[in-house]
Amino acid sequence: MSSKYSKIGLKAGLEIHQQLDTKEKLFCSCEPKLFKEEPEFTFLRRLRPTQSELGQIDSAALFEFQKETKILYEANNDTVCLVEMDEEPPHDLNREAVEISFISSLMMKAKPVDEIHVMRKTVIDGSNTTGFQRTCVVALNGEIDIKGKKVAIQQVSLEEDAARKTGKDGQLLHYRIDRLGIPLIEVTTAPVIYSPEEAKETAFAIGRILRATRRVRRGLGTIRQDVNVSIRDGALIEIKGVQELELVSQVIENEVQRQLSLLEIRDELKKRGVKEADIIADFVDVTSIFKQTKCKVIAKAIKQNKPVLAVRLPGFAELLKKELATGMRLGAELAGMARFWGRVGGIFHTDEMPAYGVTDEELNHLGKLLKKDSLDAVVFVADTLENATDALKAVVERAKVALKGVPEETRSANPDGSTKYMRPRPGAARMYPETDVPPIQVTNEYINALGNRLPELPEQLMKRLMEEYKLNQKLAKQILNSEHLDLFESLAKKTEVSSTVIAVAFTETLKALKRDGIKIEAITDEQFREMFRLIGSGKTAKESIPEILTWLADNEDATVEDALESLGLSMLSRKELEELVDEVIKKNSEFIEQRGKGAFGQLMGIIMKKARGRVKAEVVNEILKKRLK
Amino acid sequence: MSEEFPGYRGNALKFLKNAGAEIGDVIRVTKDGENWEGILIPRSEIGDENHIILKLKSGYNVGVRIDSTAQVEKVGAGVKPTFTPPPLPKQKTSLPKVAIVSTGGTIASRVDYRTGGVRPALSASDLYSVVPELADIAVVDTEILFSVFSENITSKHWIETAKTVAKHIGNGVAGVVVAHGTDTLGYSAAALSFALQDLPVPVIMVASQRSADRPSSDAATNLVGAVKAAANAPFAEVVVAMHETTSDTSIVFHRGTKVRKCHTSRRDTFKSINSSPLARMEDDTISLLIKNYRKRDSARKLKLKPTFEKKVALVKFHPDLNPEIIDCYVEKGYRGIILEGTGLGHVGNYCLSAIQRAIEKDVIVGMTSQCIWGRLNMNVYDQGRDLLAVGVVSLDDMLPETAFVKLRWVLGQTTKTEEAKRLLTKNVANELSPRTLNE
Repeated sequence: MSSKYSKIGLKAGLEIHQQLDTKEKLFCSCEPKLFKEEPEFTFLRRLRPTQSELGQIDSAALFEFQKETKILYEANNDTVCLVEMDEEPPHDLNREAVEISFISSLMMKAKPVDEIHVMRKTVIDGSNTTGFQRTCVVALNGEIDIKGKKVAIQQVSLEEDAARKTGKDGQLLHYRIDRLGIPLIEVTTAPVIYSPEEAKETAFAIGRILRATRRVRRGLGTIRQDVNVSIRDGALIEIKGVQELELVSQVIENEVQRQLSLLEIRDELKKRGVKEADIIADFVDVTSIFKQTKCKVIAKAIKQNKPVLAVRLPGFAELLKKELATGMRLGAELAGMARFWGRVGGIFHTDEMPAYGVTDEELNHLGKLLKKDSLDAVVFVADTLENATDALKAVVERAKVALKGVPEETRSANPDGSTKYMRPRPGAARMYPETDVPPIQVTNEYINALGNRLPELPEQLMKRLMEEYKLNQKLAKQILNSEHLDLFESLAKKTEVSSTVIAVAFTETLKALKRDGIKIEAITDEQFREMFRLIGSGKTAKESIPEILTWLADNEDATVEDALESLGLSMLSRKELEELVDEVIKKNSEFIEQRGKGAFGQLMGIIMKKARGRVKAEVVNEILKKRLK
Repeated sequence: MSEEFPGYRGNALKFLKNAGAEIGDVIRVTKDGENWEGILIPRSEIGDENHIILKLKSGYNVGVRIDSTAQVEKVGAGVKPTFTPPPLPKQKTSLPKVAIVSTGGTIASRVDYRTGGVRPALSASDLYSVVPELADIAVVDTEILFSVFSENITSKHWIETAKTVAKHIGNGVAGVVVAHGTDTLGYSAAALSFALQDLPVPVIMVASQRSADRPSSDAATNLVGAVKAAANAPFAEVVVAMHETTSDTSIVFHRGTKVRKCHTSRRDTFKSINSSPLARMEDDTISLLIKNYRKRDSARKLKLKPTFEKKVALVKFHPDLNPEIIDCYVEKGYRGIILEGTGLGHVGNYCLSAIQRAIEKDVIVGMTSQCIWGRLNMNVYDQGRDLLAVGVVSLDDMLPETAFVKLRWVLGQTTKTEEAKRLLTKNVANELSPRTLNE
């Protein structure tokens, strides 16, 4: 496995972002939480690219600006104050967040800085109202142990989370700023990870250490991974926003495969004798071909007086539809560029034709008009002249890069482990001091005091889980990797239910439900507590757990009592049970006569099935024995 | 403190000098077996003397404590970043001519990327190169008059600014834009409103609450609005152009005598008090919000009256105000006092005799209200009537800051007390309005 990756020179690094469980946000006193309701107010802004200290303006940023991109920020008074709106300077750096990040750093043997300086990192995609993200290094040069190998932790930093995108409406982006300012710790490893499996192990190990502080947030979106991947002859690709630890290895595998395939395409193009000079930005207006088209997208565009433009990509036939890696094709890469630079919904290309209602006849026309050879591909797009032109320009540029191999870029991760083009890699790091926040001096006494009362390390915790709660190794490891670790411990201590049952519920059961598409993240801690309390007091049986959780996931704000009632899962009373036993005996009287005591096992089975987990086997056993005497 | 090592002193400075390192050099600090390497960055003035700031390769700054075990060495010479501003856009000569006069403030400041400090260093032509859209609106002529944060602006600057604006108007521009800090912009706007009489073209004062080096700055939007108004607005008055709300969608133009900074940090900090704004610009269109205004007329002759008496005080009444303060001003030869009274125009009766003594010495005492919104009426209560009886001048719905500037201007125009009182209560630049609307 790893030899395959060492042969191709895989190098990967991770950036793990984890929200901290603080009382307040990083630079103001707002409560760190999100809101689901309609926003109470909105405001509209534009972000203007500014000159860097080198006097340069980032070209992608300038482009966005010139295209009149506007941002509508959504907010409410519960989660947002003037600081998030960029209407009030930041308050002092949240000391609670600083403390948690130092504790995490020390657990990873990283060396705290002597003085923290908050910086501004320019980000003008709208995700920060200021146009920059506030961030600071808290520690450097740590290491963690991954199966005997030391993986270097380059840097631990503390930063504000960004606003979350809630939609796009033409050139108007919607961002909700409730999340803006929630403290995030960012742990950056050196690019010393040499296989997807090792990357996943590393991601889990960092996650375990952060959770071991017991002071990080959990739930969907509270931990996010960025992955840097490069292979020999490929390029350094930054993949943003891998939502789940489990996906890390798959994303890397896909990226390696994508780069290898792009290198194959490069070689194939060379073999076909395609030269950069052959790929010409000569756009042909082919609107007339599609006047009567059945293709809905094109017909709609033409109706709005938008032209259809086409360009010939010489030697690209069959290559656009080639699958680079699971779910990724060169055609999609071109489309990604076209969307970013040309603001179009998508592109059409001849490799995927005939499809979408485009007919062979139309394609013949198109081929003739573009002088398409059998080895050529044609890309066409229907949009305003300006957008279509920009889109095809981007397509041509991307096609030229295919001759060289893999372009450096920033990609974003999809939930299925594939990735898509996001934006060009940012230029030289544009970072300058946040002068509104004074530096914080870190004394040795403070760090020593924190060092003397560090939380249990994951390996110690693992040992304790096995001893104290009698969990087997596999279950202990699963609980250690679970974000419900804290809840597990408190329930295992407080309720009558066996620790193993609770651990299984939080690991295997939840995993299985999630696989079945149940929205388990909707289940609250309070609901878990109530459920185990009711199981502990005999109101329902442990066998009902999957059913109860499934119901709770679909019925927010309901109680577990509601679930039991609605599902008919309350334990049968002794009287109800006796009636059930009598009924079963009556129905099977013949069988009992035949078999005598030998009927016991089968009757037991019938009763348990009818009771659907609402009885304890011991009690059935007792009653049935009595009745059969 | 050292000039070559801004912000560094004491221990840290000694180490840096011994290592022969300069700001911008790559240096390495070794202590406790750890190496810290990065570019030496200046330290802010409030920092202590035991830390050196390094910019790491990642771009982050960190402070490294220098103790007795530390070793500092220079590893590489610094590369000084050269800053080349983008070229000025081509002027389209058919467009109206607009002068931009820069006095300083956030709108005319930019970050020093090495120290991170915001400096009032952006020249008016920098503004122009940073906001290239201006080239499509007007032919812009820029002049840096001063680089002063607005808390340091004094009447000396008002006078200079008024004269410079007059000079540009004399040169036949379609309008003048004055870039200014926000803190005392209200005072300066009032001062120009009185000093520049019979304006033929608009004078647009503009500012920003977020410095121009920030992507979210309001500077560019405000400046674009200001230049558009200077070039095309139908009015010929002194106004302040700023954000109407927190959104970047509209700019409003407040009359210079009716405007006040009302929030410490918001973009829409300026509000028209006891008046509607004069106009609003939205989607590139200027619409007037007040019917009666001085119309643009390039043939009109500007009257420049840039004289302000220095010895005028603005005194805010508060419980237990010591009346000796008023006596003190009189003894110091002050010629006018604007009181910021309570409610409809009152002060404690324990101040009455001191006020009377002042008026007897020919000091003009004008009354305004600390309520900010609303009109005085000193006939409603005894306290008011007593003040009127000793000769306090009620200034109706005039803002305290505007009244202060106006009294200084009035005393700059005449030495006669009765004439000064007459001028003070006469509407000169829309500082008084007879009707207060429900807005």
